[in-house]
Amino acid sequence: MSTRLESASPATASPATARALRQLRRHGGLVALLVLVLVNIAITPNFLQLQTLFVNISQVATIAIVAIGMTLVIATGGIDLSVGAVMALAGALAPLIFLSPFGVAYPALGLVAAFTLPLLAAMACGLFNGFMVSVLRVQPIIATLILFISGRGIAQVLTNGNLQTFSNPSFSYLGTGRILGLPFQGWLALALAGLVYWLVTRTLFGRYLLAIGGNERAARLSGVPVRRVKFGAYVICAGLAGIAGLIVVAINSASDAGRNGNLMELDAIAAAVVGGALLQGGRAPIFGAVLGAVIIQLVKYTLLANGVEDEVALIAKAFIIVVAVYLQAGRRE
Amino acid sequence: MGDATTFDLRRYVRGQAQSNAVWLALMALIAFGLLRYDNFGGAYNIVSFLNYNSMFIVISIGMCFVIMTGGIDLSVGSVAAFTSVVAAYLSPWGIEVALPGGILAGIAFGAVNAFVIILMRVPPFIATLATMLAAKGGALVLSGAQTISVDWGSNFTKLGMEKAFGVVPWTIVLVAIVALAAWFVLERTSLGRTVLAIGGGEDASVLMGLEVDRTKAFVYMLSGACAGIAGVFLASGFGAGQPLEGVGWELSAIASVVVGGTLLTGGLGSVPATVAGALLLGLVFNILNFENGRGTISLSAYWQLVVRGGFLFIVILLQNRVSSARAAEDR
Repeated sequence: MSTRLESASPATASPATARALRQLRRHGGLVALLVLVLVNIAITPNFLQLQTLFVNISQVATIAIVAIGMTLVIATGGIDLSVGAVMALAGALAPLIFLSPFGVAYPALGLVAAFTLPLLAAMACGLFNGFMVSVLRVQPIIATLILFISGRGIAQVLTNGNLQTFSNPSFSYLGTGRILGLPFQGWLALALAGLVYWLVTRTLFGRYLLAIGGNERAARLSGVPVRRVKFGAYVICAGLAGIAGLIVVAINSASDAGRNGNLMELDAIAAAVVGGALLQGGRAPIFGAVLGAVIIQLVKYTLLANGVEDEVALIAKAFIIVVAVYLQAGRRE
Repeated sequence: MGDATTFDLRRYVRGQAQSNAVWLALMALIAFGLLRYDNFGGAYNIVSFLNYNSMFIVISIGMCFVIMTGGIDLSVGSVAAFTSVVAAYLSPWGIEVALPGGILAGIAFGAVNAFVIILMRVPPFIATLATMLAAKGGALVLSGAQTISVDWGSNFTKLGMEKAFGVVPWTIVLVAIVALAAWFVLERTSLGRTVLAIGGGEDASVLMGLEVDRTKAFVYMLSGACAGIAGVFLASGFGAGQPLEGVGWELSAIASVVVGGTLLTGGLGSVPATVAGALLLGLVFNILNFENGRGTISLSAYWQLVVRGGFLFIVILLQNRVSSARAAEDR
């Protein structure tokens, strides 16, 4: 997919309104968040309770973690539809490992394996996606469609489609632990966002990533190792999806391969786009993705807490996505 | 590059095999099935297979047009679920009302897609993703999150069960009509040529003075209409409007289109090959069922997903040389 760089057209509106519009677009996410919080304080009962915060943080963490990875992939001009399936796969593997005879005999080793092997499996999925996209040059939607279809199938085959319940406090810490009174996965999401932010802004990999998304051909001609960087983006994205899958399993103390991460690709793409990622690539607003995840979760929560049905919440989400992208498109022109 | 004037049989065969991969694979699977299973070629299996897959074939045809313009329509599954509910509500008035009603509901969603994509300039991927959510929400709101039973007294359910002229079910006749019409439009009308031209190069098409916006609106509304038909089939065949159905249909349809050799970048595609692609993916399921029935293997339904993904992988590998050669030309 070749994107042409269009020269910036001169502003057509008057300078003042143009500046105001630009500011609104640049900080649209924050404005939306502020409005949401204010609305909630006004109308949602018990919004300013700690319990509300906990619920929202534990929900938003998984979306945010996946959205961070998705942002990297989108920054290269790609897309990853397989994140939900990868979540299911990683989530299915973990209980299988620590419930296996080996895991029961050596709990400590089993626990380590239950964290590392699923993540390795997830990253292997990322390698596959990266291979399809960068070596075989299959369009990202199609390349990741393969694992979208079969990844969840593999997870269900592994677990025979059964719900695996378990009681393993050390593993469940991932989903239920608290640090300074706040859910552990919230801290984890922030830490991962910080790490990836550093990766994007301070490392060669990050520069290359943005260069490829900006103009892949120019990047290749100037010696950017396009293949390797794309591999990196897809592997990191899948690895993060794996972590999110483990968190979901840990929260529920149960693994359901049929539901874990279902429709997560949509939430993650929406969060990334609301956060300011351009689908054509070239931008990787990592904390924007976290902000996008928070907004999407908060909208969901606002509607739910005020007795609006789930169904209507879907329509609201659709509306948010379109408006966010519409504003993005305006920024580009 | 070899000598262009001499006929290179090996290259010719390989080129043909790549561009006709879907037909070869389809024939191979059919031959395999015929040789291995007794009832595979029986009328019952053929009719029920086609009947069940009619929904996916219709959706794939609409998707094929969208993809040929370089777009994508992720909303088809939800829209089909929505129109199945609409059709179920309209079923007391019979199929004469329910079918057009379902199609109109589908077209309405297609029009929304067209509006957001063409006038608001939102990328098709995102626009149709949003419509997918909205249609799903709409279906749940409209149905009160319940399956809506159809009126069994009217002729609505006969669509999938009664045979036209006593030979084939009406659904299959309808699918055939849709496929023929789509094929005719694509190959024989300027509208179809414009669809391909847009996929080949949208800017160039605009400069050529082609009706780009109107044609794009047409393909999204066509895709919506196809999803609408599929929704009516769904309600008629299963006796209920099902707001929760349709999950993943868009991806099956995209897979069918891609398996049929249509490039996702647009500009190339064929209706018959898309139908073949949909049949091929459906046949994989059919064969797995037969294989399970023989008892030689016992693959759970979950394996079917794995096999289907693997199949898509293989077809993409087969197609890869064609499209990468094209990409090299573009570069």
